[in-house]
This record gives sequence, structure tokens and C-alpha cells, in this order.
Amino acid sequence: MAVAQGIGGALSRGRTWLERDRVLAPILLVPAVAYIVLLVGFPFLFALYLSWTDATTGNPFGRFIGLANFALVFQDPVASRALRNTFVFTLAAQVLVMVLSNVLALALRRPFRGRGAVMFLLLLPWVAPVSLSTIGWLWILHARFSVLDWALRGLSLLPPGANMFWLGRPDLAFGAVVAVHVWRMLPFATVVLLAGHSAIPQDFLDQAEVDGANLWQKYRHVMLPLLAPVAVVALLFGTIFTFTDMTVVYVLTRGGPFDTTQVLASLAFFKGIVGGNLSVGATISLLLFPVLLVAAVFVLRAARRVEVGW
Amino acid sequence: MTGRTRRWLLAAGRVLLVGVFVVFTAFPFAWMGITAFKQNSDLYNPEHNPFWFNEPPTLEHLEYAFTKTRFARWVVNTALVGVGVVVVTLLLTVPAAYSLARLLGRWGERASIAIFLVYLIPPTLLFIPMSLVVTTLGLQNTLWALIVVYPTITVPLCTWLLSGFLRGLPRELEEAAMVDGCTRLGALGRVLLPLAVPGIVTVVIFSFTLSAQEFVYALSFVTATAQKTVSVGVPADMVRGDIFDWGPLMASAFLASVPVAALYYLVIERFVGSFTLGGAFR
Repeated sequence: MAVAQGIGGALSRGRTWLERDRVLAPILLVPAVAYIVLLVGFPFLFALYLSWTDATTGNPFGRFIGLANFALVFQDPVASRALRNTFVFTLAAQVLVMVLSNVLALALRRPFRGRGAVMFLLLLPWVAPVSLSTIGWLWILHARFSVLDWALRGLSLLPPGANMFWLGRPDLAFGAVVAVHVWRMLPFATVVLLAGHSAIPQDFLDQAEVDGANLWQKYRHVMLPLLAPVAVVALLFGTIFTFTDMTVVYVLTRGGPFDTTQVLASLAFFKGIVGGNLSVGATISLLLFPVLLVAAVFVLRAARRVEVGW
Repeated sequence: MTGRTRRWLLAAGRVLLVGVFVVFTAFPFAWMGITAFKQNSDLYNPEHNPFWFNEPPTLEHLEYAFTKTRFARWVVNTALVGVGVVVVTLLLTVPAAYSLARLLGRWGERASIAIFLVYLIPPTLLFIPMSLVVTTLGLQNTLWALIVVYPTITVPLCTWLLSGFLRGLPRELEEAAMVDGCTRLGALGRVLLPLAVPGIVTVVIFSFTLSAQEFVYALSFVTATAQKTVSVGVPADMVRGDIFDWGPLMASAFLASVPVAALYYLVIERFVGSFTLGGAFR
């Protein structure tokens, strides 16, 4: 009896001890944090380590070789090309996305019949798995059976029987990669901007109308200043997603023709995973990091300014 | 021009504009859908109008995808990985979000922002060291590799999302339950979690769709055909040399992407909200 009471007492003391915020809070938080440290923090440090070694799949720890990998990467014409492509693709895609999403959000801001269905169709590129939807583009841009070629032939812009070879020519393949990135990020930017639109007080717009403002003036002087912080959020996340993406390039061109559409992420994959050169692959991947870091700092600063009611 | 014609023109312009955008965003999917049901002799005849069924529609490509390729297996694998990731994500996320939202006060808000930032670290930065981790754990070429690794994507985002959601629920109800004799964990289980069901459902859908969409890790860790998920199996294994079976390829891509898209669409507002939610950042 006494023993039972003793155990009961210890148990309830244990429970109240467990109930204390100072004890309970870390117990609940630690599994998630430990998981992140082990599977994000540790691999990241390991990537840093790999970039200073000559590790390969056969010898995953390698020897310390200092900054030789970085020197190698910067001297390699394909890697330099990939570095430049990564920036150019991101910049070109984001400029287009910003312009188009602003126009589209403006057209969608007021409710209309069938808006739900229209939104679903507009969002498809973002909500569908990108590796599968890009296969759709692969077929649209097919060397021989491209539907675009068929249309161009129909419009007499292309001689009968001729083909554009969209993914076979460096300039067109470059354009195709940018186009698919725009296609993919446009819905995301549009929805973010629509969230911004929904936070603009109607009085402001009514007042502008009373003052005789036309659509452009309303957009320029009322909406744009209020949308700017949200647009920055869309731009930052769009930049991060496009900058670090390898799926579009991998499925569409495999980096070709002749490595002209290679980006850092896809090149790291081909060198590190396919080729087994872990150290060089990790080094190329790490070149993504400085831009990510800057973007993350801006995300924090921007997010503090955004106050959209959702 | 009268005000009425002006308004009418504006409305017409808007419909036209939205229509053009819808064609741009949805065309690849429509194209997949059309291709999936066309006979090969129709598909590969450059004289035929590609927008038209010049020969009667066929189900042969669907049949081919299900009987001659591992498509069905990949769908099952995707579902298994998705369920596994959902379970791991919930086990890690729900306690963490509660701790951040209710127990840690101001420090909890900062910590949840730090956790959110982890979401910005992309697979393409980590896949090479991660492949060594997967090999060391002996998980290469298994679905477990993906179940273990995908929560690196879902946990940061879902913890952030759920802690924001819990912060939005009134504290008074739990406090009342505790005054009535509930323990803190009892109040969590009996009062807070039932109220948090919408947030938890969002986490479930997210984790599932994000794992169904993932490509980079799956491509890197799984090379055995039978262990692949749909997002890798279709683009990597249905291409035989340079010969694409466009019919079956489009049928499988269409069939696999539309349900995932529909699921994701259900939670897109919360997803976008998690990026623009100013409140939690203040």
C-alpha cells in the first residue's frame, strides 16, 4: 500500500515536473530541431568539408586539397557557363514573371463568375509536379512533332516540312528554359500579389476614382506602393526557387545542346551524382549558397514590412 | 464613348487577357490530355491537324502504361512515401509547433522564423552529402531513403505554418480546461488539437503533395526502377534511348500530375499565406 502510494506520488510528481513549461517546451521541440540539425546542418557542413577534399564515390572522405576545387571550377568553361546561366535564367525569368504577374493579378483582383476554376487552371504549373509537367513541354517542343512548328507552318512562318528544333539550337533552348521557368513561377507570384491586392482598402481606390484617376494612375499611385512589399516577397521566393532549380533544365535539355543551358544545380548533379566526383559536385552546389544567404537576409527584412491579413 | 461601352470594353479586355493567360498556363496539361488518347498513326503524322482527333480516340496508351511499364508500381510507391512522410512530419511538427506557439513566448516566434529559413535551403545544395548519408544508413534504392530525407523539406515549412495557426487560436479555452483540472498535455489533446484540425489537415496535404512533387532527391537516391516514385519514374524510365513513347508518357504524366495538382490547390492559399503572413514576423 505504502509502496503503491510512493510510486503514485513519484508518478504525479514526475507528471507535474513534466508539466512545467521550462521542461515541457524543450522536450517537445527537441525532436524536430535534432532532426533538422542531423539531416540539414550536418550534410551542409559535410558539403563544406567535401569541397576542400578530392572525395569521390569510391573514396567518400578523400584527401584535403585546399581550395583546388574552387580553382578548378572557376577555370572550367562549362562551370563558368553554368554560373552565368544560373544568373541569367533567374534574372530573365523573374523580370518577366514580375511584369506578367502584376498584369494578371490586376485582371483577377475583383471576383467574377467561375473564378475558382480559372484560378485552378492558372495555378496548374505551380501545383503540379514540375518533373511531370515539363515532359508536357518536351512534347510541345519536340524536334519533329512540335505543335508550335505545326502552327508556324500553318501561318506560313515556316516552310512546309521544316522544323525549328527548339531544344536543339542553343539560342532557342535557352529561351525555352526561361519560358518554362516563367510558366512555373507566374502562378506563385500572381497568388502572392492577389493576397496583396486583397489588403488594399477599397476606400483608397474609390477616392482615387472620385479624383478622376484612370486605371494606370490608380495602379501607379494607389496600388503599386501598397503592393511593393508583397511583390518583393514574390520576387525573393521566385528568385530562390528559380536560382536553385535543376528539374526544368534536367528534363528539358539535360544541360544541352553542348552544355549551353547547364546551370549550377544540374552540373553539380552530373558531376557529383552521375560522375561520382563528390568534391567537385559539392563545390559547384556550394556556389549557390552566397546568393541564398543574401536572399534569406532580404526575406527576413521584407517579411517584417509585409502585413497582409490572411 | 459612353460610360457603358467603356465598361463593356474593359470587361471584354479583361476576359481576353485572363483567357490568354489560362491558355499559357494550362496548355501543356491540355496537350498531355489530348496526346494521351490519340492513336500513334494520328500522333506521328505531320500532315494531321494535331488539335483534332483525325482518327478515333484510343485507350491503348493508358493500357500500355499500366501493363507494359511500372507506372502502377510508381504510383503505389509515391503513395507509400507520401504516407510515411506525413507520419514523420506530424510526429515532429505538432509537438514542436505547440512548444513554439504556446510555451516559448517571444523566443518561440524567433525560433519558428529560424526554422522557416531552413525551408529555403534547397535539395540542390545538399543532395551530394545527403547521398552519402543515405548510403551510410544503408537506405540507397529504398523508399525509406525518401521517407527519411523528405521531412527536411516538410518539417521546416509545416512547423512554421502550424505554429502560426496555433498562435491564432484563443488561449482562454486551454486555460479554462486547465482550471477545470486538465493537465497541460490534457488540455493540448482535448481542447487545442481538435481546434487545430484545419491546420493539421493542411500539414497532411502539404507533406503529401510536396513529397509527390519532389524530384532531385528521388533522382539521386533511387536508381532501381521498381523503387521509383512517379515524379522520377516517368521522366527517367519511360524514355527508352532516344525513342519516346509519347502516348503512354503523356498519359502517365497527365494521370499522375492532375490529382497532385488538385490536392495542392486545396491548400495553396495557406501556402502563400505562410510567405506573406506579416503577423508572425512582427
